[in-house]
This record gives sequence, C-alpha cells and structure tokens, in this order.
Amino acid sequence: MSATSGAQRLRRLAFAAIPIGWVTVLLLLPYLFLFAHSFFRLRSGVLTHEFTLENYGRLFGTGLYPQTIFFSAGIALRVTLASLLLAYPLAYLLAFKVKRHKNLLYMAVIIPLWVSYLVRAYAWKIILGQEGILNGLLISLGLIQRPLEVLLYSKWAVMIALVHIYTPFTLMPLYASLDAIPAALKEASQDLYASRWRTFWHVVLPLSLPGVVAGCTFAFVLSMGDFIAPILLGGNDSALMVSNLVVSLFGVAYNWPLGAAVSVVMLVMTVTLLTIARGLEDRWSGKTVRRSGGKAVGPAGLRA
Amino acid sequence: MDSLSLTIGAGEFLTLLGASGSGKTTTLRMIAGFDHPDAGAILMDGEPITGLPPYRRTLNTVFQQYALFPHMTVRENVGYGLRMRNTPRAEIGTRVVEALDMVQLGPLGERLPRQLSGGQQQRVALARALVNRPRVLLLDEPLGALDLKLRKEMQLELKHLNRQLGITFIYVTHDQEEALTMSDRIALMRNGRIEQLGPARELYERPMSRYVADFIGETNLLGASAIRRLGDARVHLTVGGTELNSPVSTGWRDGQPAWLAIRPEHLHVAAQDQPALPVTVRESVFSGQVTRLYTALADGAALVMHWPAGQPVPAAGTTLRVGWPEDRGIVVGD
Repeated sequence: MSATSGAQRLRRLAFAAIPIGWVTVLLLLPYLFLFAHSFFRLRSGVLTHEFTLENYGRLFGTGLYPQTIFFSAGIALRVTLASLLLAYPLAYLLAFKVKRHKNLLYMAVIIPLWVSYLVRAYAWKIILGQEGILNGLLISLGLIQRPLEVLLYSKWAVMIALVHIYTPFTLMPLYASLDAIPAALKEASQDLYASRWRTFWHVVLPLSLPGVVAGCTFAFVLSMGDFIAPILLGGNDSALMVSNLVVSLFGVAYNWPLGAAVSVVMLVMTVTLLTIARGLEDRWSGKTVRRSGGKAVGPAGLRA
Repeated sequence: MDSLSLTIGAGEFLTLLGASGSGKTTTLRMIAGFDHPDAGAILMDGEPITGLPPYRRTLNTVFQQYALFPHMTVRENVGYGLRMRNTPRAEIGTRVVEALDMVQLGPLGERLPRQLSGGQQQRVALARALVNRPRVLLLDEPLGALDLKLRKEMQLELKHLNRQLGITFIYVTHDQEEALTMSDRIALMRNGRIEQLGPARELYERPMSRYVADFIGETNLLGASAIRRLGDARVHLTVGGTELNSPVSTGWRDGQPAWLAIRPEHLHVAAQDQPALPVTVRESVFSGQVTRLYTALADGAALVMHWPAGQPVPAAGTTLRVGWPEDRGIVVGD
C-alpha cells in the first residue's frame, strides 16, 4: 500500500516538475536577473556587478522617468476608458438583446485577435497617413483642402490603435459577467417597480463590476506596456511612452541597469494594480462576505 | 398559447395547473407583464393593464428559482420594491422588519442570499413580494426546489397567508396534489387552453374529460362501449363485458368515445347481487397508508384498487368481483 502511494507521489512530483520548471526557467529566473541588474553599476559603459542604488536614485531624481510613467499611465487610462465605453454596450447587446447569431457576432469581435498585431497596427498607418484613407475621404468630401498631418504620428494615433487592439480584451470578461446574470433577476427587478434604467443601475451594473474590473485591467496593463504602436504610429510622441524608454535604454543606450530599474518600478506598479483589481473583483463577486451578524465570514464558513 | 378566458375573485387562491408546455407559466408571465398576448386584454379591478410594463403593475411575483439579488443582503432584497417606489427610509425599515418577521426570518436580515438554505431563500422571495402589499401575488412553482416535508409546510403557510392578508394568489404548479391542497379553484390547462376550471373537489369528483380525470389524482380509465343516454346525467354502457349504469360528465357529447373513470379508493369487492367487474389479481404493493392491488380485466385492461387495511390481501391469480358505489364512477369523453 505504502509502496504504491510512494510511487504515486513520485509520479505526481514528476508531473508537477514540468510546469514548475517551465515557470522557473522562463519567468522567475528572468525576473530575478532583471531585479539583480537594477542594482548593478555601469562603469564607463561596462556592466559591473557592484551593488548600487544609484539607478533608482537617477530614476526618481530626474523628472524624466516619473513624468514618462505618468504620461504612459495617462495614455493607458484613456485607452482603458475608451475601450470600456465601446465594449460595455456591445457586451450588453450580445448578452441580453441578440438572440440569433450570438456566437457569430461574438466571434466577429474575437477574430481580429487572430490577426497579427503588426498588421492591425499598420492598418492604422494606412488609414491615418497623409495619403491615407481618412484624409482621402475628408478631401473628397470637401471638408479639408490639404491632408491633415496631425492624424498620424501623434499620441492620438497611438491611442486609436491601442483602443482598437485591446477592446476585445475588455469585451471578453465583460460579456462573460453580463451573460452570467440570470434573466429572472432583471424580471424580478422590474416586477419590484424598477424601470429598465433603474434595473440596469441597481442590478445589472453591480453584478457586472467584476467583469468591468477584469476588462479594464487587461486594457490598462496591456496598453501601458505596449511599445510597438508608439514606434509605428507615435512619431515624436513615441518617446514619451515608458515602454519605449525601456526599449531604448536596453537597445540603444545600452544602459541595462537603468532599464532594469525602470522595468522593476513598472512591474511593481502593475502587480499592485492587479492585486487591487483582484481584491475588487472578489469583493464585488461576493467571494468575501461583508459581514454576518457583525463578524466577517469567508466562503468556507458559508457551507455550514 | 391558444385562447383563454379567466376571471379571478379578490382574495381568491387560484391555481394554474398543467403539464410543462401547457401554457400555465406563459399565462402567469402575461399577467405579470413579461410576455404579451397577441390579442385580448388583462384587467385588474376593471382597469386594463395589458399595455403596462411590469414595473407599473401593482402586483408582485415569487419566481421559480427565487431570483434573489445575490449582491444584496436579505434586508436590501426585501426593501428593494419599497425603495424603487421612493418610500421614506424609516418606513422601509419598519416594513422590512415586519415582512421578515412574518416569514420567520427576523434575525437573518444581514445575510446574503447565498448564506441561506433553499427554504429560507424561498421565504425571502415571499417577503420581498408581500412587503409591497400587492393586490395580487403571482407564484411561479415557488416550492419546486424544496424537499417534500418543507414543501408541505410551506403549502399550509401560503394558504394561511392568503387567508390572513386577503391578497389574491395566482399559483402555477404542475403538481396536482399541491394544487388540490391549496387552491380555492383550479384551472387545469392543456395546450394553451383551460381544460376545466372549478373548485378542487369538483375537478377531482366531476372531471370534464379523460385528461382531467387522468391528470388529477389516481384514476382507472376503462374503455366503454354501447353507450346509451338515460337522461341528462346518466348513461347505460358496457365495460369489460359487464352492462351497467353510470353518471356521465357534462363534457361528454353523444357519439364521442367514452371511458369510465373510477378512483382506486372507491373500488371494493362486490356483493353477489351487485353489478361488478370480474378481475384477476396480478400483484399487491404496500405503501404505508394503503395497499394497492393491481388487477386485470378479462380483456387485459388494468384496474388498480385500494385494499382495505386489516383484511387479508388476496394472492396473485385470485379472481375477484369488483364493484363501486354507482355515483362514484363517471363517464368521460376525450
């Protein structure tokens, strides 16, 4: 008996070793290297393994890096809001109003994810460029005389592309949370004198908040870390995105320690954000109960 | 849904009874305002409500799966309707407490629905509807998810609430026993029509059709032939080779195929001079209150009878002559 359980344990360990090894080699070790590099010193262009805090000193001492991080966060926030405003009505329609071809419509939103990121970003170059479709349209309509140059190579172009690319990511969790709301709850609300609007406000919206948080987290984190759209579409504004700064620190300036320090700061910010988002999601999806007779009750306590 | 006409009295307990797909839930949803009739009107106190959205109708619904708001406490759930009608906060507080006390859930106000048992959730759903003091309460199979014992308790409790509060109850169920227990009147539905409408006892004792006799309670349905009218309410007929007289349902039209319906509890071993059906015993099954004797007529038709307690049960293969008080049988059409 104990022999078989011993063999079983060994087999289980072997199975577990594959994913654990995978995560260690491909995720944990690189993060560890990154973390270590952020404390190394660069001596006349050469990387030394001396411990120093001067990378972080430079990062927080000069205005450039915090400014860039705030600017990027501002862009990411606007992209997130725009994605949410686009995705929420669409998810609502898909979940409650569309009866036929529901899956087809949902797929229509998801399929662009299968198209290469570069293709989607380049598409905006064609649409927004000086000889592009939008300028052509505006000229032929007689609204403008000469092509607008501000369309492409600006932060607006970057934001438009990011919204386009990341809206499906916002839509998916939103749709999942809306679709899980039983129709009977909306009916119960209307039965209890709530108009359609009040039903949305008091029942549908609160129950979809976990989806809103998940969707917004996707859009924010992904667009904050994006560096290809700014390169392709950002022009001079592209340098203002923090990810592009990291790319140039590693690739152009060859200042790995400083690049690593910026990355670590971004990583800490992202993890903090994800933790907060997860806390909100748990709270709003009712995994932790507010109170019961004055004392906190976790999910385990509920089954009794 | 086919055509349907129904008038319900104030304070009445009316049950829409029927198999799934018979239109009982659709009828209820039309009254609530979730579905809309193609033609016709729904009146409440003489006022048409057909075109009103659900939130403008002064009636409330207890839903099949309770449909409690999972993100609100019991108290918030119960107070929802009052809040939506902009009732003053203080009044909401006292009325919610009253409603929760009425369904014996006073101390559980701060719980979330998930922390309650099925029976408790059911009571919250009831309190959430009744707190608004509706003229009419609609109940869509509200006891379907409860176990048998709890269901029986709740049946009585609902009946008492109906009497105490004077609110009209319109109750949907597929459970004929539940319908018999609770209702003032039952509307038995079939294919989007009302097959028979009347007091529970009337449906049980005077079914209008074979369908009603079969749906409500246990019934033996024996094919009848050579039917001849003896008057408005009686016919002469032949069943299993035996000639006899029997009352006939008002639903039967001359020339229609006919069945003789007899409840198992009315069958007994007949005296020598009584008209009776000769049967052969197949098997007996004891189930607590009654022993059921499964027998067969000469032509193979099955006949179930309740065997009196305390008497020796005949073995399989025994032949018996089975009779019944004449007015306990009834001839029904299709």
